[in-house]
Amino acid sequence: MRHLAVVWSNLKRKKLRTSLTVLSIFVAFTLFGLLCTIKEAFTAGVTVAGADRLIVRHKVSLIMNVPVTYGPRMERIPGVASVVHWTWFNGIYQDDPKNYFASIPVPPEPFLAMYTEYALPEDQKQAWLKTRTGAIIGRSLADRFHWKIGDRVPLMSPIWPRKGDEPWEFDIVGIYEAGKPATDTSGFFFRYDYFDEGRARGEGLVGWYGVRIDNPERAAEVAKAIDAEFANSPYETKTEPEGAFAQAFVQQIGNIGAMLVAILSAVFFTILLVAGNTMAQSVRERTEELGVLKALGFTDGLVMILVLLESCTIAILGGFAGLGLTLLITSRGSPVPSMLPVFYFPEWSIIVGAVLVFALGLAAGIVPAMQAMRLPVAVALRRHW
Amino acid sequence: MINWLAQIVSLTVYNLRTIPQRMGSAIAAAVGIGGVVAVFVGVLSIAEGFQAAMKTTGADDLVIVLRSSADAEMTSGLSREETRLIADAPGIARTADGPLASAELFVIIDLKKRSTGTDANVPLRGVERGVAVRGDIRIVDGRMFTPGRNEVIVGTGAARAFSGMDVGGRFRVGQADWEVVGVFSGGGGATESEIWTDAAVLQPAFNRGDSFQSVYVRLTSPQAFDSFKDALTTNPRLKVKVARQSDYLIEQSSMLTSFIKSIGVFIAVMMALGALFGALNTLYSAVAARAREIATLRALGFGTSPVILSVMFESLVLALVGGTVGGAAAYAAFDGFHAATMNWQTFSQVAFAFSVTPQLLASAIMWAVAIGLLGGLFPAIRAARLPISAALRET
Repeated sequence: MRHLAVVWSNLKRKKLRTSLTVLSIFVAFTLFGLLCTIKEAFTAGVTVAGADRLIVRHKVSLIMNVPVTYGPRMERIPGVASVVHWTWFNGIYQDDPKNYFASIPVPPEPFLAMYTEYALPEDQKQAWLKTRTGAIIGRSLADRFHWKIGDRVPLMSPIWPRKGDEPWEFDIVGIYEAGKPATDTSGFFFRYDYFDEGRARGEGLVGWYGVRIDNPERAAEVAKAIDAEFANSPYETKTEPEGAFAQAFVQQIGNIGAMLVAILSAVFFTILLVAGNTMAQSVRERTEELGVLKALGFTDGLVMILVLLESCTIAILGGFAGLGLTLLITSRGSPVPSMLPVFYFPEWSIIVGAVLVFALGLAAGIVPAMQAMRLPVAVALRRHW
Repeated sequence: MINWLAQIVSLTVYNLRTIPQRMGSAIAAAVGIGGVVAVFVGVLSIAEGFQAAMKTTGADDLVIVLRSSADAEMTSGLSREETRLIADAPGIARTADGPLASAELFVIIDLKKRSTGTDANVPLRGVERGVAVRGDIRIVDGRMFTPGRNEVIVGTGAARAFSGMDVGGRFRVGQADWEVVGVFSGGGGATESEIWTDAAVLQPAFNRGDSFQSVYVRLTSPQAFDSFKDALTTNPRLKVKVARQSDYLIEQSSMLTSFIKSIGVFIAVMMALGALFGALNTLYSAVAARAREIATLRALGFGTSPVILSVMFESLVLALVGGTVGGAAAYAAFDGFHAATMNWQTFSQVAFAFSVTPQLLASAIMWAVAIGLLGGLFPAIRAARLPISAALRET
């Protein structure tokens, strides 16, 4: 313990230099944390995907619709547990396309049963089942537009005009919370029966299906059986696991993972060089003192550990402050809810960040520490700056 | 005055000549700044490239008409009758074949990206007189599609980004096979990311009946825009909105461009802070290591401001060297790099190339200079304030 005092007083001898180094490491880890958060925001769909869920859509593309009658036919296929259909509604609030959020008509009861990550209180669920015009919305969407239960919200849809070109009217009956950290709470779900009866055209058509299967290991087999069921019909399907679907969607934006790794490598290389150089320099300047320590009876190994402790302390101070700031920033929610509805600092990144903190401390300290260890006492005491 | 300048020059030369003695820290400072510049240029070249792809080569007289409630072609819908009314409006240029108006369909199909092998939303456009209306579409390989047949031509960007999009390639949409018969260029990067075919063939393939999504129109002159727009928006039988294609595309790309730009600037600011702390450290230690020399110089009669300026000049040189190397590295690595991304507002892929523009390089060098000056200022002031007698005693 008393050795820590030696480390601490060494750090204090050049306060300015120590604080500048700590600050640059702090900046690097804040950047690390926020970039991990952004990556997670893009790939949240992959994280939240259920292993026992498939997505069935029109073979040509996601924008093509499939008949609602496919649902019961799929339910009869062995291995299929339940089926829920979704349709892209593209609702626009107050005539401004910038007021964008995902709005989807679904069958309420099977939907809530299959997608348990949308956590809705039981009384609100009952209210939704009773209210034909009812809609449930996510917490972040509710916060964005300051909507609360009981509000009446009119939406226009350029894809699905209502009979008579009236706006669609919805009553907010429930607000769902995130059941998993990566759950998107920016959604607006309303009842399919209200939608199907009100739309001016396209009755009986839905966008795509979510299918829950009994056994995730048989996913490929069930997917094949579903596509075979509808082969050579006017609406051929393409079935894939939810995770693969989400992954392909992320890839459409580009290789975000590779880009972030490239940026972070540049950042860490730069910071490591700057911080490592500073630490090496501060050890070089103290060669004489290290000689004195050794003359006093400190072993070579202990001297090396002291130097490493010093560099690790700097890394820990800066690194954990940076990770902490990221947690603080992300706990306040997404700064751009329409682009990145899911915004949180994932646990795996915190662990990776902590490992990197120690790696940085060791990497920056190892060269000066080895030099300090190998330094013969006589040489050190003779050296003069 | 001459003496003052001479002092600055001799001190600066002296400083720069001592750099090799502290090579390690000098390189660290320069690399720190170089890293900032490289990342700044790299990230923003994505935004520049995307923005360039969304610019049209078409002039101000190319106009797009959509249903009034639609925010993009994808969500728009127009009946055959409406497209006829639009084509009859005043101000449209005419050729021997009639008005230069093209009613078009815009759908997306799933194709595999060449780079990842995963599905991508590729825009497929059905056109009538699309080529004549755009004016600058050229077939660079193969031939034009034959109206009435399941043939397509592919933009150069799409041909590069998606598998099977070479002349002679085939793909299946619904019950029919489609053949790629040509590759075209022109119309701007967004157009070159598309696949084109005959609208009359596309309608039944996508169960669209006799409806369209947009009408592209070539006006007699850019000045005809206002009267054309008024004629359509005041027509009680039409519910449409009218925009110049250039304005429409800028609006369609605004969300993604501003997103990339703000992320790029944010990362650069954070890195610049990190590099600034590094530069400060380097120069503070440089000043500290030379405290005695600086005190000696001042005892010899060198003034305060030459000492300050010479330290700042040294920092500036390090920043410029680092910045130039970082900028050159970013240029070599990113300029012209081909990528395709999904434009969130249209839900479809746009192929583009990263673009390191001279303005981008210039602003990156400005960042480097700012870091250099700021990083040099405080150490320089400390150097000038060193109490001479104390510093001379320092060991």
